[in-house]
Amino acid sequence: MSEYKRLSAPFDKAALSELRAGDRVFLDGVIYTARDAAHKRLFEGIQNGTQLPIELKGQGIYYVGACFKDGKPISAGPTTAMRMDKYAPTLYDNGLAASIGKGDRGQAVYDAIVRNGGVYLAAIGGAGATYAHSIKDSTLIAYPELGTEAIYRFEVKDFPLIVAIDSKGGNVYGR
Amino acid sequence: MKNIAYQDIVNEVAGLTLACSRLTPSCTAAMMEACTKERNGNARFALEMLIKNAEVASEAHLPVCQDTGMAVVFVKLGQEVHIEGGLLVDAINAGVRRGYQENGYRASVLDPITRVNTRDNTPAVVHISLVAGDGLEITFMPKGFGSENMSRLYMLTPSEGMEGVKRCVIEAVKLAGSNPCPPIVVGVGIGGTAEKAMLTAKEQLLREVGAPSEDETLAALEKELLSSINELGIGAQGFSGDTTAFAVHIGKYPTHISALPVAVNIQCNAVRVSSVTL
Repeated sequence: MSEYKRLSAPFDKAALSELRAGDRVFLDGVIYTARDAAHKRLFEGIQNGTQLPIELKGQGIYYVGACFKDGKPISAGPTTAMRMDKYAPTLYDNGLAASIGKGDRGQAVYDAIVRNGGVYLAAIGGAGATYAHSIKDSTLIAYPELGTEAIYRFEVKDFPLIVAIDSKGGNVYGR
Repeated sequence: MKNIAYQDIVNEVAGLTLACSRLTPSCTAAMMEACTKERNGNARFALEMLIKNAEVASEAHLPVCQDTGMAVVFVKLGQEVHIEGGLLVDAINAGVRRGYQENGYRASVLDPITRVNTRDNTPAVVHISLVAGDGLEITFMPKGFGSENMSRLYMLTPSEGMEGVKRCVIEAVKLAGSNPCPPIVVGVGIGGTAEKAMLTAKEQLLREVGAPSEDETLAALEKELLSSINELGIGAQGFSGDTTAFAVHIGKYPTHISALPVAVNIQCNAVRVSSVTL
């Protein structure tokens, strides 16, 4: 097993520019969850110029709808990132530094990542129990009515990821 | 005539949902084999993590994957069975509701128009077949939608023949790419009507991973397609690699003189199935 780089969230753009596709990283710090329904709301918020429930600048969004038991995440692996492709370029253009999900992205997302010096990090789809173990704290932030699709703030430690698209557009998908 | 109580069905189905916390033994075996022979470092990293994850999940009764699916339930109901105290489908839904809520499995089911979540992962999708005898066999498959979203139905013309069938299966896997959490199991249904083809494809996912079809022609086709699919090089998680699919499982049903339906239903790397006979 090759070595891991350490990475902390919120992200420093200079640190992100050092990452290359295929690098394995352990992420520490704070990330926010959002999947289909929350993305629709964030996107509409940006379009309408309303205040978002989270500050996007420098942040990472994790595409996940976790399983919770007694208020704690017990399984929290990534969902298919491609479904967020409609919204992701707008989020990157408004300050988002990193998205975390599984599976390849469309060209518009590649372009937005390169344009903004961001990254796309891949978590391993199907490894939900492992990821939950790396979530040290979870707080509901917005849209509680969406259930598992609400926005949560996750404090993570040693969260294992692969750099899937780096800030230059290099990727692990053979494109 | 045998009587089976509504509440017994509820209890058994609630117990079946525990399948969300463990891979089937044949899935684990396929994953380990794929990991041993994988030459791509990133793909091997993914497979090692998935193997470890399955151990952690099973020991601590945690969901293997946070997508604990829509509950797809296959029932073989003996004609000599009488269910007392309520409706069969209600009992199944009550069992799913209890199992998901008690174990913290995700409520992923919502109204397709309003997108309002039912909050208890019901209703299940229930397929009932009437069979001889006085048994009641219930099989539970939590079907994740990263893979379900990659399903495809092709209504070929008969002139397209077996070459057309092969082309469709390969195309469906290629288009799915990294999305369905490969390595996958590819369920294929050939023949019937549109819905019969898709149901046949889904039923193939209940087989032990890699168990060949009893039909020799289909078994040979499974082998050939598996090899072509793995030559695509999509690999675990789409990171490129040697194993894109663990297996191809094909079923067939007679079809109309005008048609050659081909349905492809994909299973992600987390094969979770449980079964009970009352």
